[in-house]
Amino acid sequence: MISYELIGISVLWLFLYGYLIVASIDFGAGFFAFYAKFTKKDHLINRLISRYLSPVWEITNVFFVFFFVGIIGFFPDTAYYYGSSLLVPASIGIVLIAIRGSFYAFENYGSKENIVFLFLYGATGLFIPASLSVALTLSEGGFIMEENGTVYLEYMNLLTSPLSWSIVGLAIVSVLFISGAFLTFYAARADDQPAVQLLRTYALFWSTPTIIAAFTAFIYLSQHNERHFNNMMDMWWLLALSVGFFMIALWLLYKGRRYGLAFISIMLQFACAFFAYGIGQYPYILDPYITIQDGATHESMGIALVAAFIGGLLLLIPSLILVFRLFLFDADYVRGKR
Amino acid sequence: MSSLDPVLMSRILTAVTLFVHIVLATIGVGIPVMLALAEWRGIRTGDMHYTLLARRWARGYVITVAVGVVTGTAIGLQLSLLWPTFMRVAGKAIALPLFMETFAFFVEAIFLGIYLYTWDRFKSKYTHLLLLIPVAIGSSASAFFITSMNAFMNQPQGFEWVNGVFTNVNPFIAMMNPATPSKVAHVLASAYTTSAAALASIAAYSLLRGSKHVYFKKALKLTVISTFVFAIATITIGDFSGKFLAKFQPEKLAAMEWHFDTMTEAPLIYGGVLDENNDIKYALKIPYALSILAGNRPNTEVIGLNEFPEDERPPLMIHYFFDLKVTNGVLLVLIPLLYMFRRKLPGKKPYPKWLLIAILALGPSAMVAIWLGWFLAEIGRQPWIVRGYMKVAEAATTSPSVGWMLVLFILLYLVLTVSAVKVLSRLFRNKNAEEELKQLGWDEQGGRES
Repeated sequence: MISYELIGISVLWLFLYGYLIVASIDFGAGFFAFYAKFTKKDHLINRLISRYLSPVWEITNVFFVFFFVGIIGFFPDTAYYYGSSLLVPASIGIVLIAIRGSFYAFENYGSKENIVFLFLYGATGLFIPASLSVALTLSEGGFIMEENGTVYLEYMNLLTSPLSWSIVGLAIVSVLFISGAFLTFYAARADDQPAVQLLRTYALFWSTPTIIAAFTAFIYLSQHNERHFNNMMDMWWLLALSVGFFMIALWLLYKGRRYGLAFISIMLQFACAFFAYGIGQYPYILDPYITIQDGATHESMGIALVAAFIGGLLLLIPSLILVFRLFLFDADYVRGKR
Repeated sequence: MSSLDPVLMSRILTAVTLFVHIVLATIGVGIPVMLALAEWRGIRTGDMHYTLLARRWARGYVITVAVGVVTGTAIGLQLSLLWPTFMRVAGKAIALPLFMETFAFFVEAIFLGIYLYTWDRFKSKYTHLLLLIPVAIGSSASAFFITSMNAFMNQPQGFEWVNGVFTNVNPFIAMMNPATPSKVAHVLASAYTTSAAALASIAAYSLLRGSKHVYFKKALKLTVISTFVFAIATITIGDFSGKFLAKFQPEKLAAMEWHFDTMTEAPLIYGGVLDENNDIKYALKIPYALSILAGNRPNTEVIGLNEFPEDERPPLMIHYFFDLKVTNGVLLVLIPLLYMFRRKLPGKKPYPKWLLIAILALGPSAMVAIWLGWFLAEIGRQPWIVRGYMKVAEAATTSPSVGWMLVLFILLYLVLTVSAVKVLSRLFRNKNAEEELKQLGWDEQGGRES
């Protein structure tokens, strides 16, 4: 029988992956909306973007809340270590998320025309993934320290670490790549050829930096945390699969057909890499302070959480399917006819 | 110093975040119920005025929900950022409700998104109305789970306490602690009251500004009567809460009432001031009322504050919070009563100006009551964070930067509040209800669909 803490971390990792995809679409869309306005091409895509994002942005945010509440629930030590050390960066992150959230609140009522607000919206779309990705860097160890019962963050180590910057770079370019590919698919559903062509160039443009950044981050990981790197190398086939899916996606985008399949390939590309990364980190959540076994909550709570999770999923999956059918796969809605 | 300061700063920052969030959370829980009421009435009677009412409320509701999601995310993260030790220790006992709350939030978010963007997409009007059921259940369930977590902090149970660690936890018993039922019921009822009252204020405001359309009179009637019903429920449940406190958390009730000596036939104190010897001056004393509040009989024994060590007594200022909260609660019943008997009142106008002004005050006074109620509940638990087990000072972060974060967040909340108020008022001014009725062709007598 598989242990509850392993179920817990797998589920949370799966949700973090879900957040990575839906949030990338959202964050990237913010940047593209600003960039299109800046280059006077906004008439082509902005209505399309807001048609998709308006009904789903709150769901995106819940993925994030779900992940951090879940990890604190299953592994209360994470609240202690990450909470103690991340007060300042996480607070700045909250402010960025707040600016973004309020954009959705106010967008229907005039703020969309305001270039300053649109700039903030686009900028947060890049800053938020950059700042969230720092949490992954921290889990590698060497940045969060504990001495005499006080936990603190080594800012200088973090800011001068090539690993942290390469992960930030990877986060930003992959957000733009994922988002560009998804919006291309969405525009194709809407049969909006000018938008398809514009978004397709965005997606193609960001594909190269994505794969370069991924390799760079991988190399710096080998210097920073050899254990993690070797574990990942043991799963070389998963990484190879990831590259394979990337090639398929690139081919389809380049040929300009089957955008749905292209986006699914990109999802699989990131899934393979993300799970190889996550499994390679086992058994640590925060190297060396929190491991999955020692950091887990009591068994009774762990089992209750898993039970709650199964119950919640039974509610969640049909609801999400409903949303997708109404707003993603309903061609009339996508075209703006309803 | 460096370890004391963060405690105070953490307390203030948490309080500021909750102060803002609670307005939006309360509205978030209550408005779906009002939306459902209006839309259902519109469908059942064919009176499109009610349908328009629901539409216009929903439009404003989006804005409050969006800002509420933002402040809710903030408090969710701040729990770990400001109270890492608390979350590490108590997380082992209360993770379940916190986790389930996110599911409730998920359901609410999904169906609210669908509700707001599908007004004209379904053949049957009831299909659209039915979407509100998961929204209302989701928002109320999330209030339930979060409140049960707070109830645990007041009335912890379902674990063994070994060397500063909760072990042998039964998550379900911890969640369903004795404080949960009365707290949850009070929170839900007061959220419904406050939302109805806020909408009543808006309707009264339109009438005060000279709008004569029957649409506003219907809005006024629906909201004021809802306020009345919900307020009666809130007060009744509040009475249960008093009895609960007398039994389980007597130091809070005693501090609320400046009740120092244990006695039967205890009087209720209203207002007044305390001198340095803790003697009460200038107060209104209602004989036996505290005993009746605590146990329904005048000879109920009410435990006094002197039974508790001085460093475990809540601050005595919560007395004022309680008095003011109850005063507001009574107003929330009396003003709607005046409205209902308006035709029997002297004077000939059916909507006299003074009455509309009183109704205008309903929303703010309900909101103030919510704030006061939370001040009372939270400050009344001092010095504990988990009553009887962990004090606030042991739970806070040690980071020296909390003060700066406090400044940052105050700025953020100011910007958010000002923009939200601006956008909300622009939203309703740009497209007023009378024009919208004409545009939609719903303006015939009785508001029948054309």
